[in-house]
Parts: sequence; C-alpha cells; structure tokens
Amino acid sequence: MSFEWPWQYNFPPFFTLQPNVDTRQKQLAAWCSLVLSYFRHRKLYTVDVLEAQESPVFNNKKIERKLSVEAIQVVFEELRKKGNLEWMDKNKTRCLIMWRRPEEWGKLIYQWVSKNGMVNSVFTLYELSNGDDTENEEFHGLEDWMLLRSLQALQTEGKAEIITMDDGKGVKFF
Amino acid sequence: MLFSLHFIKTCAKLDVGVVLLSTHRLLWRDQKNHECCICIPLSQIIFFEEQAAGIGKSAKIVIHLHAAPANKDPGPYQHSKFSYIKLSFKEHGQIEFYRRLTEEMTQKRWENTPVSQPIDTTAGPKAGRTRAVGIVGIERKLEEKRKETDKNISEAFEDLSKLMEKAKEMVELSRSIANKIKDKQGDITEDETIRFKSYLLSMGIANPVTRETHGSGTHYHMQLAKQLGDMLQAPLEERGGMMALTEVYCLVNRARGMELLSPEDLVNACKMFESLKLPLRLRVFDSGVMVVQLQSHSEEEMIASALDNVSDKGSLTAEEFAKLLGLSVLLAKERLLLAEKMGHLCRDDSVEGLRFYPNLF
Repeated sequence: MSFEWPWQYNFPPFFTLQPNVDTRQKQLAAWCSLVLSYFRHRKLYTVDVLEAQESPVFNNKKIERKLSVEAIQVVFEELRKKGNLEWMDKNKTRCLIMWRRPEEWGKLIYQWVSKNGMVNSVFTLYELSNGDDTENEEFHGLEDWMLLRSLQALQTEGKAEIITMDDGKGVKFF
Repeated sequence: MLFSLHFIKTCAKLDVGVVLLSTHRLLWRDQKNHECCICIPLSQIIFFEEQAAGIGKSAKIVIHLHAAPANKDPGPYQHSKFSYIKLSFKEHGQIEFYRRLTEEMTQKRWENTPVSQPIDTTAGPKAGRTRAVGIVGIERKLEEKRKETDKNISEAFEDLSKLMEKAKEMVELSRSIANKIKDKQGDITEDETIRFKSYLLSMGIANPVTRETHGSGTHYHMQLAKQLGDMLQAPLEERGGMMALTEVYCLVNRARGMELLSPEDLVNACKMFESLKLPLRLRVFDSGVMVVQLQSHSEEEMIASALDNVSDKGSLTAEEFAKLLGLSVLLAKERLLLAEKMGHLCRDDSVEGLRFYPNLF
C-alpha cells in the first residue's frame, strides 16, 4: 500500500515557512500530521535530523522543493510540544517519532491483555512485541524502547509493573 | 701641576704657576704671586689637543677658545690675536690633566647647575636647561616636544568647544526669542512667528517649537502641500493611484527646474495632506517604504484584485505582477506582501526566487 501524500505536499509554498502567523499555524499542523502519518505508514521510529532533509517527506523531488533545516527544526519542535517527538541527545541530532503516544500504545496492549483474560500473568517484552499471539496486533513489531515506554505509562497508571529478569525485562499486568 | 702659560709672541709675564681644573673653569695661579689668578670658563673652550714632548720641548696642551664675550672681566690681555692658549707642562702631569680636562669637557657639568659665577656668567647654561646632554637630553627634548603638541591640540579644541558653546547659546537665544514672540501674540501675528521659525529652520537650527506644533506646521510646507496636491493628481491616476515617495521626489524636482525641494521638505509637506484635507495621503508600509496615494484609492480593492491576478496565473512573482499592472516592482511587492499579511496569499521562497500563491492553507 503506497503512501498517499496530502495535497499540501505538492503545493510549493508548503516548503517555505510562512511569515503570516495564522498561515504558519495551519502549515505546521499540516506538517505534523504528514510526518506522523508517513512514519506510521513506514513503521519508522527514529530520525536523524541531517538525513531528514533527504527523506521524501521533507524533500519533494517532483516539484523540486525541500524544507530547510531550520524549518525542519521548527516542525520537530512543534511535534515535541504535542508530545509526539522526543530528542535522543542534547544536540538535537536524533529524535524519536512517536506517531502513537506511549499512553496510547499502553492502552492497546492492556486492551489485548484483558481481552484475552491474561491479567495477572507475566510476559517478557519479547513475547509482547514478537510473540505469535500478538501477531495480528498493531503493537506487534513495536521497537523495544517504545514498548518499554508504553509499559512505563501503564505502570504509572498502576496497570502494570515492569520486572527485571535474568535475560531481560518482563511485565506483569494487574 | 706646574706649567707655564704660553702666549705665543707675546710679552707674557705669565710663567710658572699652577693650573687648576674645576667643573666650571680652568684656573691658573702664578706660583710666586698668588694674587695673580687667571680663569677661563670651560664653556669657552671649543677644542683642545695634546702636543707631545720632543727634544727641547715640553709636552703641551693647546686649548682653542671662543671669542671673548663682551663683558669679560679684565684679564692680563684685553684681547689677543690668537684664539688659543698653550699650557706647557714642564714637569709631568700633562697626561693626567688631559684626561681630566677631557672628562670635564664631555660631562659639561657647568651646564647642569645654575652656576652663579661671580666671574663669568654669560656663556653659561641657557635658561630652561633644554640643551641636550646625551640620552637624558634627548629624552627631555622628546618630552618637551610632546608637551608642546599636547598644548597645541588642546588649544585647537578649545576653539571647537567654544564654538559648540556658542552654538548652544544661539539655539537658546533663538528659542527664547521665538517664545517671546509667541507670548506677545496680540501684536505679532501668527504669520510672523511662522516666518521667524522658518528662518531658523532654513539656518539649520531645528526649532523645537516648530516640531511640537507640527500640526499647524510652517507656512512654507502648507503651500508646498497644496502645490503637490495639484501637481500629483494626474501622475497618480496614471500610475494606478499610488506612487513611491522617491518617484514623487524625482517628478516634482524635475518639474520645478529651479528651487528644488529637499527630501525633508517633501516629507513634511506630504505629512500635511490629511490636515489640509487634500485628496492625497502619505502612507508608510511595514517595510518602511513611503508612498503617496490618492485618497480614493482603496486598499481592499487593490488586494482583492491582486488575489484575482495571482489566482488567474496560479502564482506570481513581484516582477511579473508589476509588469501585469504597470506598477513599479517596489509597489507591486508591497501590495503582494500586504495581501500575504491579510492572509490572502502565501509565499514560496526557493532558489528560483520569491513567488506568491493564493493561500490554500
């Protein structure tokens, strides 16, 4: 299934940061949703800022327009404010794109757990993300750090507890 | 040290005596007659040299002297044909004496101290002690030169600061006169006050009174504004109702030929359009560009038509837009920017340049 680009993607002004405040807000909103949907589609989780400029998201070769590095930073900042992005380092060179927030993942996982009546049982992280049982679930194939983050979110809600075992981590659901 | 003073070919009775060397003078005292004492100030000595002893000759030191000063105290001879004396050392001492004399002559210590010589003072040290003595002397000279330069500079600037003070006084004076004139309003008409202020303005003194009461302005500017109102109607209509102030400036001055306007006068006159109820307006854009436009010119209309133009063509650059409307590029750009500010257009900034699109966001 190929990705469907939004109309803005082919609109040259989309790649110029608009000075008009109202226009800019709309533009940034469009960018945020584009980034998130693209990453969700490709199941990508991390971005290196310098490489980002070459990624098809920010670089539309067909209309020969691409977002400048400053503008990319602005978009990322916008995403961070919304809670969909986290910087991996202080220099802001790499970041994690959470096209679904940890809490949302947590909710999905917990739903699956309770639906299958497996509350009060313990799982390893591997089981959750790569186990046969979860194959049809959306969170199947979720990257470890994201999984951990979502479980931590559940933990704060009191619905789970992360346990450290010999060969990795596990989780118990309540 | 015994020596005899030689005055060649003279009837010198000066024979055997003692020569004494001090820091300031050379003294000779007759050995027999202690009362007989001759002195020569060291400053009188131009040059001296040794004459070695030979067979039948004793070692001598020849001392060449300056001409005697006019107020010389009486000596054995009032004047002499010769400008030198010879000291003949019959017994030893010549070498030592020569050495000491050399020392004294190099050091020239008589120059350092203000010697109150009872015998001779004229050829002594100059007042101010500015004569060079080795490195110390050079340094001293440099210091003096520096002080001199300093003094000159501060004197020169003194004049400048005095001038500035005078200018301040002048402004104060003019201000107080203007106020006085204003107070005596009964006798003196507004016109005269204005005239006086315009004189001051023409002299370059910005009278704060004029600036404060700028609403009423000067007569000159008012007249000018009216003239501009008449003159600019036609050109403005030709150009679609708006002209950059620079264009106005060129147009007006070209038409005048003589008695050209200064930019300040033009701006001040334009600022009065509204208060004089003329059908023109001075308008300043965000970017600082100033234009004169017809009052009938409606901005919304302009923007709406700009939007239409852009939508028609899909997108436009400032240059294309200018060509389309017959406007100058500057004004075209201003209009597009204004439309963008209103949210009707958005921009596409790339290596190809700045383009404007209808705002589809």
